[in-house]
Amino acid sequence: MRAPDNPVAVKDGVLLAVENVSLGFGGVKALTDVSFDIRKGEIRAIIGPNGAGKTSMLNCINGFYYPTEGSITFKGLKRPKMRPYEAARGGIARTFQNVALFKSMSTLDNIMAGRSLKMRSSFFWQLFRHGPAMTEEVAHRRVVEEIIDFLEIQHIRKTPVGRLPYGLQKRVELGRALAMEPDLLLLDEPMAGMNLEEKEDMSRFIFEVNQQFGTTIALIEHDMGVVMDLSDRVVVLEYGQKIADGTPDEVKSNQRVIDAYLGVAH
Amino acid sequence: MFYREAGQYKSNYKADMAIFPLREDKIGIGVIILAAYSLAFLGDSFLLQAVMIPFLVFSLAAIGLNILTGYAGLLSLGTGAFMGVGAYACYKLMTAFPDVNVIVWIFVSGFFSAAIGALFGLPSLRIKGFYLAVATLAAQFFLQWCFIRIPWLVNYNVSGALDAPLRTLFGVPIIGATATPQTRYLVVLTIVVVLTWLASNLVHGRIGRAWIAIRDMDLAAELMGIRPLQTKLLAFAVSSYYCGVAGALLVFLWYGGAEYDVFNINQSFFILFMVIIGGLGSLIGSFFGAALIFIMPIVLGIVLPAMFSPFGISVGSDTIEHLRFMIVGALIIFFLIVEPHGLARLWQIGKQKLLVWPFPY
Repeated sequence: MRAPDNPVAVKDGVLLAVENVSLGFGGVKALTDVSFDIRKGEIRAIIGPNGAGKTSMLNCINGFYYPTEGSITFKGLKRPKMRPYEAARGGIARTFQNVALFKSMSTLDNIMAGRSLKMRSSFFWQLFRHGPAMTEEVAHRRVVEEIIDFLEIQHIRKTPVGRLPYGLQKRVELGRALAMEPDLLLLDEPMAGMNLEEKEDMSRFIFEVNQQFGTTIALIEHDMGVVMDLSDRVVVLEYGQKIADGTPDEVKSNQRVIDAYLGVAH
Repeated sequence: MFYREAGQYKSNYKADMAIFPLREDKIGIGVIILAAYSLAFLGDSFLLQAVMIPFLVFSLAAIGLNILTGYAGLLSLGTGAFMGVGAYACYKLMTAFPDVNVIVWIFVSGFFSAAIGALFGLPSLRIKGFYLAVATLAAQFFLQWCFIRIPWLVNYNVSGALDAPLRTLFGVPIIGATATPQTRYLVVLTIVVVLTWLASNLVHGRIGRAWIAIRDMDLAAELMGIRPLQTKLLAFAVSSYYCGVAGALLVFLWYGGAEYDVFNINQSFFILFMVIIGGLGSLIGSFFGAALIFIMPIVLGIVLPAMFSPFGISVGSDTIEHLRFMIVGALIIFFLIVEPHGLARLWQIGKQKLLVWPFPY
């Protein structure tokens, strides 16, 4: 990663600042002039109707897309164009709207794969699975087991994740993201398609991750009850533009938000 | 009854993460290796020369392709050419430096094909699946062209063929006309055992997980910090290393000399079929695949005439040949229908059932 041109001082504990970001695919504008920030330690929700540009926003943040205009400042440094693995190295982890697990691997191996960045042993020792390579495997296994305990998925430790029900897959995916010990965790609809009980579990995990580990979370979710309960601040997008930003209560009473969700009488 | 998980408790992660966590599996592997070694002293030279040596060579090549196609999910049709690079590199090295032991050169020649493999793996960052397979065809044709057109590779030998000069290990000839099938088998077996062990270490650790991650979901893998280009090129390099060593073994320890023709596209397909039938992403599957595709026809060639003769039916050798093709073809289709994931999966299912036998679950 090359050195950023103009480091901006971290102000008010801002972990990530999105400034005037626009993203276009040919003639289609996915995002137009969106600005918001994510503060250290908060749960920040990004909501909006379908096609509002929420996932595009996340894709910009973790380097799948590069904004056509505007800039993203992470940890006080303006980010150059980067690949997703560089964003990962910087401390950004993410889960996907459609579960993106490594289907043929077990739960254990999936979460171990999340530790890839922290593993350093050389190819030579890997060949012999001995010495530093094995010490490292065991050390990371211990961390992975803690995550497994935390997410209460001990019983599916060795099951290939392709065979797991959807709710558990989502949980494993959260575990894999947590294994990266990220500074910023992006969750793309972590509760989509879950029943009430699973949603409650997932909400509890997200809340505990935030409280126990102090992980900053950016969350896209359609369940308004969950969003309003969990998040500290909410940003609302519609047609690629930001229409509201504030605490859940502020957003809830914002007329533009109500219009966006319920439609306007003509 | 003899194969039980129950009662085998693991008290640390290291034991739990062992490649064979079950005591019975460890014993099983020990017995298989022991049996393979004793075969050198029990088997006759036909069995060693015409069955076991080629079986091991093909297994090694299949492991190579399996690392690339099975683990990293990158389809390649250049296997034959990469085997050729190993063979030609080994030939050049052992004729240029005859004083160094040939075993060293066999292992070193793999690095040449690893480098060439990584070079032809570069397009894999941009193209996937069948398109990548077509791109690796370029390797197959270009390298084969090199084998024919560059006489330097065969030391300007007028016949254009690779020959096997006499080479010894501890005074015993292992390459060349005087090497017995027995010693050659022992050398091949040892190399295959060592390389299989290394491959199994690799695929069970960080690197293997990175390969599988790239195969299963490359976008998510990249988000875990796994760099796609390095991971794919490493897969190409390691895979080609195995193919290269297999190629060197094929020419010098099995054929005892060969022409460029051995490394043609048919060889690539032959190995690919072994990998698919044996099971993608399974080392033991590579051995099963090689056994089914290579040994099965030989066994049928012996068994079929023996089956007809008691009834006094005399069958022509060409009919036997046709029958052999038909039966092997039918078996391939049968196994692929029963278990599309290959023989390795059948083996796994069998072991699962055995664990709870005599109960159904």
